[in-house]
Amino acid sequence: MREFMSGNEAVARGAYEAGCRVACAYPGTPSSEILENIAKYKDKIYCEWSTNEKVALEVASGAVFAGARSLVAMKHVGLNVAADPLFSMGYIGVTGGFVIVSADDPGMHSSQNEQDNRNYARAAKIAMLEPSDSEEARLLTKLGFDISEEFDTPVLLRLTTRISHSYGIVNIDERKEHPPRGYKKDVKKRLILPAHARPRHIIVEERLKKLKDYSNSFPLNRIEWGNRDVGIITSGVSYQYVKEVFPKASVLKLTLTWPFPDKIIKEFAKGVKKVIIVEENDPFLETEIKAIGIDVIGKEKLPVTGELDPYILKRAFGSSEEVYPTQDIPSRPPVLCAGCPHRGVFYVISKLKLTATGDIGCYTLGALPPLNAMDTCVCMGASVGNAFGLERALGDEISDKIVAVIGDSTFFHSGITGLIDIVYNKGTSTIIILDNSTTAMTGLQEHPGTGKTLMGEETKKIALENIAKACGVENVYVIDPYNLKETEEIIKREVKRREPSVIIARRPCVLMVKSEPPLMVISEKCTGCKLCIGLGCPAISIKDNKAVIDKFLCTGCGMCAEVCLKEAIEGNCS
Amino acid sequence: MTKIVICGVGGQGTILASDILSLVAMEEGYDVKKSEVHGMAQRGGSVISNCIFGKKVYSPLIGLGEGDILLAFEKLEALRSLSYLKKNGKMIVNDYEWLPITVASGDATYPENIIKTLKKKVENLICVDGIKIAADLGNIRTTNVVLLGVLARFLPFKQESWLFVLEKRVPKKTVEINKTAFLLGFASEA
Repeated sequence: MREFMSGNEAVARGAYEAGCRVACAYPGTPSSEILENIAKYKDKIYCEWSTNEKVALEVASGAVFAGARSLVAMKHVGLNVAADPLFSMGYIGVTGGFVIVSADDPGMHSSQNEQDNRNYARAAKIAMLEPSDSEEARLLTKLGFDISEEFDTPVLLRLTTRISHSYGIVNIDERKEHPPRGYKKDVKKRLILPAHARPRHIIVEERLKKLKDYSNSFPLNRIEWGNRDVGIITSGVSYQYVKEVFPKASVLKLTLTWPFPDKIIKEFAKGVKKVIIVEENDPFLETEIKAIGIDVIGKEKLPVTGELDPYILKRAFGSSEEVYPTQDIPSRPPVLCAGCPHRGVFYVISKLKLTATGDIGCYTLGALPPLNAMDTCVCMGASVGNAFGLERALGDEISDKIVAVIGDSTFFHSGITGLIDIVYNKGTSTIIILDNSTTAMTGLQEHPGTGKTLMGEETKKIALENIAKACGVENVYVIDPYNLKETEEIIKREVKRREPSVIIARRPCVLMVKSEPPLMVISEKCTGCKLCIGLGCPAISIKDNKAVIDKFLCTGCGMCAEVCLKEAIEGNCS
Repeated sequence: MTKIVICGVGGQGTILASDILSLVAMEEGYDVKKSEVHGMAQRGGSVISNCIFGKKVYSPLIGLGEGDILLAFEKLEALRSLSYLKKNGKMIVNDYEWLPITVASGDATYPENIIKTLKKKVENLICVDGIKIAADLGNIRTTNVVLLGVLARFLPFKQESWLFVLEKRVPKKTVEINKTAFLLGFASEA
């Protein structure tokens, strides 16, 4: 049967067809829809949103120990969080097949960097597959489990945004059951203290040699002979751009890209006059190919930064079709939604001119004008440690001016350990947890504080205030961020306190609740002072020197009415 | 091969529109690919969807100067995405202004006479007040389907295929109004 699927849906389908039993992830663009789609097969696959990527990889590893086919999925930077168990699993190998999905984000559509996770396959000495469309994403997920079991290795399935979020026609198949092989104690394999790890390393190096032979004969590492003047070596989505732009060229499409298939590359290079490497971001293939003595054209023509597309490829190799010039027009950056409860906290931070160490989520948008209410954003959970470090370096004076701002899901992910560090090391930091009771940025996923699991079951709701108290914080407050007055009073008070505090700004994400009737501006009362504009609400704009509220965008949160000194904003205009 | 770029503002329904378009192409037996971006880029920011259909489609992305048709849900976004349209390409633009936050906050000005500017550049320009058609129909959220109706006039697909996919793809309660929206767009005098 044929279906139109995104790469992420196709990975989920492939896992289902392969008899996968356990799947874990922490959501992150562009990977989130993999587990959301696996949840459709929850009668066959146990699946969960794990607390973070490290935990996800560890839970899946446990299932692998039991001989169950298992999958873990994350965005590229998530694999940094999970790198510790990843490298250990590289040594330990598998019992049940283990597919580790990394969705990279060239072009940084929704990420803080564009690290190239192909490097992880090389560093962790495991096999890597790179699909170039949805159908291959399905096929290679299945094949990944087979390769994993045959060679006793985790398999890295490396996607990119344009694989994950592009759609194509997929031929779906039936599920083939692979009952768990069962658990058998084997400490020499799974308990990698040094005496066990040393012989494991030797096994890993032998495994790489066998995988290299396999890679050289792997049918999806294939040569498509065409014109022999130019030969192009490529992988992943770049293959599609190459086929589109150079339909007549000879192409070597690499699919199992680690270990690196040296023989087929040598054969290909001998058959053409000139070799070009087309790959996004790092010169990963290029470095390896140059190392075996083949002269190639690569990154001197194509950028290391950003993603590729057919136009960039054409331009790099000399085509000069004229296009409409880019227009110089106002930018349209993403914004916090109208009615977003985070806005209340950011408005107060901005008003009090506090230094705010920030974190990762929708709320990072609080950094943009007009709120400008965030100073730093490093990685998941970093806000907490960053605030404490600033305080330690600059002393009490600045500690009265610093807050850390972190989302609820992010706090569960990796904010807790930072908080314990502050209490343990006698810090006085103020941590504001923006609790909108969901993982909003990635599409409203459940998390440990929501009382629901990925599989739709009710579960224990873990209360942030209890965690804060259990970490030893004595000043824990829950506030409503729509109430600007109270929000300001409490933040003002707590930043001055010479003890650690946790302020939980609690109100559900505006995307999950029914809107209140919109507000409207009473034109006669509005003086055009623009105080309300300072909220950065997309529903409010200035027209003829007066504020106006877009009734279709307004959710009736009322923050603008609170801010207005002239009482010019009222409810119930519908 | 036909390459269609759909652009607009996050929340306007461009993704659903490109979904429907792709499924119709598939229904008609074409190979088809679609590409879009989720996450941070969606929150009221500029959004672009690409849909490509033909006998065999490779790239899911449309490069600059490659689009056969550009369907713009908002005027400023039409201008922003203009460079994706090929020189003799066709543009369908919704005559609608959504101020970006940079304009709303007074830091920038929304360009005047965008339609006029576009007309000077694009010979094949169709301007349609999709919101008015949808509002007259009683639900402005059908604007995206009205615009699909306009687009459908220039594509080789049967009307039954569009209506069939619409029925499958939009919420049950809104099937009838969306079908009407599509037909109104198709028949509009733009």
